[in-house]
Amino acid sequence: MNWSTMGPQLLTAIGETLYMVSVTMIIAGLVGLFFGVALYVTRPGNLYASRVVNTAINLVVNFVRPIPFIILLAALGPLTDSVIGTRLGQNAAIFTMSIAAVFAVARIVEQNLMSVDPGVVEAARSMGVSRPKIITTVILPEALGPLVLGYTFLVIGVTDMSAMAGAIGAGGLGDFALRLGYQRFNDEVTWAAVAVIIVLVQLVQFVGNSMARKIMRR
Amino acid sequence: MTSTVTDSPLSRPGEDAEVIVRFENATKTFVTGKGKGRREVTAVEDVSLNIRRGEIYGVIGYSGAGKSTLVRMINGLEPATSGKIQVDGHQVDGRTEDQLAPVRRDIGMIFQQFNLFTSRTVAGNVEYPLIRAGWDKAKRKARVEELLQFVGLTERAGNYPEQLSGGQKQRVGIARALAAQPKILLADESTSALDPDTTQEVLGLLRRANREFGITVVLITHEMDVVRSIADRVAVMDSGRVIEEGPTARIFSAPQTETARRFVGTVSHDAPNAEELAHLSQHSRGCLVVVDVRDGVDVGSVLSSAAARGVNFRIVFGGVSVLQKQSFGSLTLDLAGEPQAVEETIAALGELTTVKEVSA
Ligand SMILES: Nc1ncnc2c1ncn2[C@@H]1O[C@H](COP(=O)(O)OP(=O)(O)OP(=O)(O)O)[C@@H](O)[C@H]1O
Ligand SMILES: [Mg+2]
Repeated sequence: MNWSTMGPQLLTAIGETLYMVSVTMIIAGLVGLFFGVALYVTRPGNLYASRVVNTAINLVVNFVRPIPFIILLAALGPLTDSVIGTRLGQNAAIFTMSIAAVFAVARIVEQNLMSVDPGVVEAARSMGVSRPKIITTVILPEALGPLVLGYTFLVIGVTDMSAMAGAIGAGGLGDFALRLGYQRFNDEVTWAAVAVIIVLVQLVQFVGNSMARKIMRR
Repeated sequence: MTSTVTDSPLSRPGEDAEVIVRFENATKTFVTGKGKGRREVTAVEDVSLNIRRGEIYGVIGYSGAGKSTLVRMINGLEPATSGKIQVDGHQVDGRTEDQLAPVRRDIGMIFQQFNLFTSRTVAGNVEYPLIRAGWDKAKRKARVEELLQFVGLTERAGNYPEQLSGGQKQRVGIARALAAQPKILLADESTSALDPDTTQEVLGLLRRANREFGITVVLITHEMDVVRSIADRVAVMDSGRVIEEGPTARIFSAPQTETARRFVGTVSHDAPNAEELAHLSQHSRGCLVVVDVRDGVDVGSVLSSAAARGVNFRIVFGGVSVLQKQSFGSLTLDLAGEPQAVEETIAALGELTTVKEVSA
């Protein structure tokens, strides 16, 4: 492998991947948190119990989540075009990745919030705390440890999505490995991309795990 | 930690004390399932009662009798299906969750499973209601210190709930419930997860909160000892209804209903049951009588004059306890001797109190 030409290209690819993954995690992390909380609080017997809202959100989540990302990339083309102005490039990729990730985040947030002891929520209600404050100052802090683990897990999923972004010209490590490695029968290049991804994921996992451990005092 | 408060019954809220919680024909029906699986459970049925400001009010009854539902109706955690509930002059029934908030701020609650915030320290748990109530930082700090001192956990301020024993957790629960200076404290099986010593500790705190801060305490329990040692008045619940209500001493000395009698029987087993009676009759040398004992009933003097007339008496069963400065109980006597003298002794006892002849 020729490092003098490949080296800079690998660095660019790393930068592109980091950019796509982090922007997607921020957008989908926040929007997904909102929908995850909505899924949780509208469950029967919960703070804002509503069969209609709960069923509606569930329906959308269950509908979108099983669609393979590469197909979603193509299927959402027209929507991406009208929102971003193009179907190609990093921003187009981030748009589609965010949509796909929102539903995954929502489900994981909902599941982690279910670990909160309902008795604790009841204690807050008995104090006369308003429902929005119960969500922000009781439910989310009580579930913070599991939430951090959930988000860490999602980073891996989003990294996986970003590898397919090369298909719409967004670059990144996946594109690097396929175009410069696989298609040119240059296995070393492919393996370099694999190694970088492994290191990145391990790093995220390590940071996430130690944060969660600290929060949960274990 | 256990404090023995020796106040006279006279200092307790009396008949004329102001009512702080009023139930009027309150009913709560739960509906579960839908369609063919639809079921209705009436957890509380047509309950009317008054809780007086400053008293400790006990609620007893078997599991599923509706005690928790009744008490949770006070702060609207369970909205009434029908009837009226008034707390400190405010109507509770008919309010939405958001409208209930101001009423709830005057009502503290402690739970069987403690329900402490695991993400906050001991001090953080106690401080939380104060933050929500908008207290400034300096005032919060002083109040938290005061409360931790009250429950004896000053050293544990920085600990997290999982580092505490059950009794300590419940003490944090009490400090947290008292933080925002409520007028009423609801305690649902607050000692059921604790051992006897720790139970006494927690009850001591509830009693002190009542005596020192004048907080009205509503206490659910299935442990009769708890009610007996702390409650001024008691409601006995059965199948959603309050079947008996009154001063604790009255419920214990003269229970009117079978359920109340069975509960009282669990603490003061002073009259023999059928089996015990059969055994006693076998070994009886004369006449078996069960005599009710209460304050002012001088069984002793009757018996000593009986003894002077040759009546030989043995106490074969019984017990006398003191509850809120009043004695009550019963003794089973075996009276042997001249039939005439025995009969006269029974007559003399009958003039003082209730006497039941249980064998010839
Ligand atoms: N949320 C609910 N949904 C349906 N039924 C309920 C609900 N809460 C209570 N019940 C029913 O209402 C009745 C009274 O329950 P409650 O919890 O008030 O009894 P309890 O006297 O507190 O019993 P325990 O001593 O076991 O705590 C029971 O039959 C119970 O199954
Ligand atoms: Mg109960």
